[in-house]
Amino acid sequence: MTESDYIARWVAPGARVLDLGCGDGSLLKHLWRARQAPGYGVEFDDAHVLACIRNDVNVLQMNLEDGLSAFRDGSFDCVILSETLQAIHHTEALMREMLRVGREVIVSFPNFGHWQARLQVALGRMPVSTELPYRWYDTPNVHLCTLADFEDFCRGLGVTILERLVLRNGVPVGTLPNLLGRYALYRCARG
Amino acid sequence: MIVEAKKARFTEPLKLKGGAELPGFEIAYETYGELNAARSNAVLVCHALNASHHVAGSYAADPENIGWWDNLVGPGKPLDTNKFFVVGNNYIGSCFGSTGPASVNPATGRPWGADFPVVTVEDWVAAQARLADHLGIERFAAVIGGSLGAMQALQWALSFPERIRHALVIAATPRLSAQNIAFNEVARQAIMTDPDFHGGHYYEHGVVPRRGLRIARMIGHITYLSDDAMMEKFGRVLRDKTAPGFDFDIDFEIESYLRYQGDKFASYFDANTYLRITKALDYYDPAAEYGGDLARALARAKAQFLVVSFTSDWRFASSRSREIVKALLDNRGIVSYLEIDAPHGHDAFLMDDPRYHGALAAYFANIAL
Repeated sequence: MTESDYIARWVAPGARVLDLGCGDGSLLKHLWRARQAPGYGVEFDDAHVLACIRNDVNVLQMNLEDGLSAFRDGSFDCVILSETLQAIHHTEALMREMLRVGREVIVSFPNFGHWQARLQVALGRMPVSTELPYRWYDTPNVHLCTLADFEDFCRGLGVTILERLVLRNGVPVGTLPNLLGRYALYRCARG
Repeated sequence: MIVEAKKARFTEPLKLKGGAELPGFEIAYETYGELNAARSNAVLVCHALNASHHVAGSYAADPENIGWWDNLVGPGKPLDTNKFFVVGNNYIGSCFGSTGPASVNPATGRPWGADFPVVTVEDWVAAQARLADHLGIERFAAVIGGSLGAMQALQWALSFPERIRHALVIAATPRLSAQNIAFNEVARQAIMTDPDFHGGHYYEHGVVPRRGLRIARMIGHITYLSDDAMMEKFGRVLRDKTAPGFDFDIDFEIESYLRYQGDKFASYFDANTYLRITKALDYYDPAAEYGGDLARALARAKAQFLVVSFTSDWRFASSRSREIVKALLDNRGIVSYLEIDAPHGHDAFLMDDPRYHGALAAYFANIAL
């Protein structure tokens, strides 16, 4: 199963979806096909916006760092921030905005606590891996975190974690998730 | 592409928003491509201030006269006439073929002049719907326009929600700002205070208020370009001299450019038309009858929208387009929004920036017929 499949399982059929940092719109297209969930993507990059239009996905070219003022309170069943959290500057403000406009929030990100990342740091190097393919000087990532960090963050914001899924090479991880998981997906709601 | 201008005559009076009635009228139009058997591939192109029904191609007898949106419309172009039946139209009140102030008033046998009623965006759309009837088009696959043309595309979705599937609203605003109206008023004052204006009845005096029109165009032109684009194009470069003249002749290139644009415009555009178009712009405000609530005003729209703005456009800034997008989102409408980081200012909607035209091409390609 792909990450999109896992996310689709958390999206109710027909749910209204907002996908922040939607890339080429393939997740939205997948959610439409798998769950008949209509939605909008928000994307800043010109090439991605064009790809969304080619994919026949509703896309809004806006900067997430400016907040979500285009959207009314509670206007979505589900707001998704997939593989984008780590590249956001105003992380806390955006998380509050997501919880304002959406009933539920799905966040996914690469786990910086994976043992390989820890080992590379212990050996004196910034981690590079499949999930973290960038080198320290060309990375768009500014706020990398571990599972434990994210859960603390949610607690601080009064966010309830409804479900958590930790993956290693696309397969769920049961034991020692913060050490063995490469990738984390969370389904959250206001506390 | 060789094209031909046509005219459609409508004998039934048109009741105007301002209360007056137009006793029959003509619309000049052109068509490109073929209407398919299902009549599902028609696209209406609406023009802005000084353009016309001549959207694309050129005339057999006048090959130099190329349509104003020829970079967008034609075979294999983003709005592909191999797929779509594209209709260019000239709005009423214009001076390029549709009934306007220079036309003969049937009640007097003389040109309407100042007596031609003030027409609005809503009136234009109502007249265009008659043209659609005339062409056998029940429902447009899309209506597209930039600037004032975008107001018409938006209004189509409000006046005839069942007759438009897609609205492409480019470089738009849902209503003019006080500053926008202020610029229009300066332009109108330039025209109306010209001694050759004669209260709008200058045709019968055999003159045109050329000086006023010229200044009106110069003012307008400044608002179409961004500060950066103007600086890049003209800078502070002197015109045919190495030092300032310390007189009131042309010193800078920008002065020469504005005078040239003003002269060119005054040689072909009608002052009474200019007055009416700027009023149509000023008056357009679909939210007005909903206490200023644009979301409520757009609630009846059923079309899918593509809204495009340009970051360097200060006449109708991106924030104005975002108001339209927000109002559509509030209604759970289907909308995509592009904010193109182009340097050309308001005029960017006429350019062929690859991001802009690429998106339009992709959008049109996805419209099912």
